[in-house]
Amino acid sequence: MIRVVLPAHLRTIAGVVGEVRLSVEGAVTQRSVLDALEEAYPALRGTIRDHATQLRRPFVRFFACEEDLSHESPDAVLPDAVTSGAEPFVVLGAMAGG
Amino acid sequence: MSGARVLVGTRKGAFVLTSDAKRDRWKIEGPHFGGWEMFHLKGSPVDPDRIYASQSTGWFGQLIQRSDDGGKTWNPVGNQFSYEGDPGTHQWYDGTPHPWEFARVWHLEPSLTDPDTVYAGVEDAALFRSVDGGQSWQELAGLRGHGSGPAWQPGAGGMCLHTIVHDPTDAARMFVAISAAGAFRTDDGAKTWKPINHGLHSAQLPDPDAEVGHCVHRIALHPSRPGTLYMQKHWDVMRSDDGGDSWHEISGDLPTDFGFPIDVHAHDPETVYVIPIKSDSEHYPPDGKLRVYRSRTGGGEWEPLTKGLPQRHCYTNVLRDAMSVDGLDPCGVYFGTTAGQVYASSDEGDTWTAIAKHLPPVLSVEVQTLS
Repeated sequence: MIRVVLPAHLRTIAGVVGEVRLSVEGAVTQRSVLDALEEAYPALRGTIRDHATQLRRPFVRFFACEEDLSHESPDAVLPDAVTSGAEPFVVLGAMAGG
Repeated sequence: MSGARVLVGTRKGAFVLTSDAKRDRWKIEGPHFGGWEMFHLKGSPVDPDRIYASQSTGWFGQLIQRSDDGGKTWNPVGNQFSYEGDPGTHQWYDGTPHPWEFARVWHLEPSLTDPDTVYAGVEDAALFRSVDGGQSWQELAGLRGHGSGPAWQPGAGGMCLHTIVHDPTDAARMFVAISAAGAFRTDDGAKTWKPINHGLHSAQLPDPDAEVGHCVHRIALHPSRPGTLYMQKHWDVMRSDDGGDSWHEISGDLPTDFGFPIDVHAHDPETVYVIPIKSDSEHYPPDGKLRVYRSRTGGGEWEPLTKGLPQRHCYTNVLRDAMSVDGLDPCGVYFGTTAGQVYASSDEGDTWTAIAKHLPPVLSVEVQTLS
């Protein structure tokens, strides 16, 4: 299972407490994880990625294994520790706004 | 139980204030959606328990929330607002072409007859409609496509469609207002639109007869007389008696005719309320006195309403969607400030009480009359 940590506002929208656990088929990438996340929680569509372009919203960041993966290709395979469930894929709001 | 329910949108959440018909004791519930900008909440006139809310942040974008129980519980519905076709460009602040980009929903206007139909005014300016309770949204592109779109430009708050007014006697007629493009009217159910800005004069526009480009802040009408429209423009308070085909100024003896909201008394189409603001560069009341002005004559002659409102050291603002009236008798008037107060009058504006004092900056106030 893939573990996903959402920021508090998006946990509220999704109606979840704590980490989300997802089953992802095929290669585990940003795109496949977010596709699975939005399939499980449709209210999150458009909040992490733009509806039309599917690009990451500007003030959203993706971290995993103490690395900022925000600028990696959405189709790049995520680290083994994320694939194995040892580490979570973290979605967070950028520090912005004072 | 008859009474009033006030829906307050703020920079950091939504609040629901309820009272019985006496309107002297208020229960405050919230914040709903704490931390999110709640630009607007509005209930269906035919099903008051059906309320739509616009929720957004710069981080996570736009959501639309719907309540089916009068604001006690909420569920997210559709949030995809896609422009029809190639949206093209409008003017940017420096006059250069800028691509049309969706930013947020400023205003939600439920249908007068169907609780599942609701209209959304958005930034960058366009009109959307949902006929399935907010689950899906389609642009009514005739507005943007009538030809003047490339000349529209943003006001300081963005290029927003912020006002949607139904004609209760003609389902095919609707009015909208855009900052800074002006007012528009459809007479064929939103298929085609015409600008209705004849008689507006804006010092910011070099052409005194400019068809578009006016910074209209708000339009209001009384249901019994839908041909009469009242407008708070950037500067100038205006009136039309021919459905917007022509306008004349009714600022009269106001201390300043800059402001944002305007509304009409629920039981008298000639009684109008505005809140004068000193200027477009000083977004606070003149002389540090928060005064609502009421005209009993359809404009021109105005009286200040001050009892219960701060009359010294008050430098707050009242935004365009932050005033509303109830349909009780006597008519109640409500407004919210950017300093977080919500003021209510249960006697047509003669006296005022702060029914909430310490909210986040208030973006919108809508009142529902409960029977």
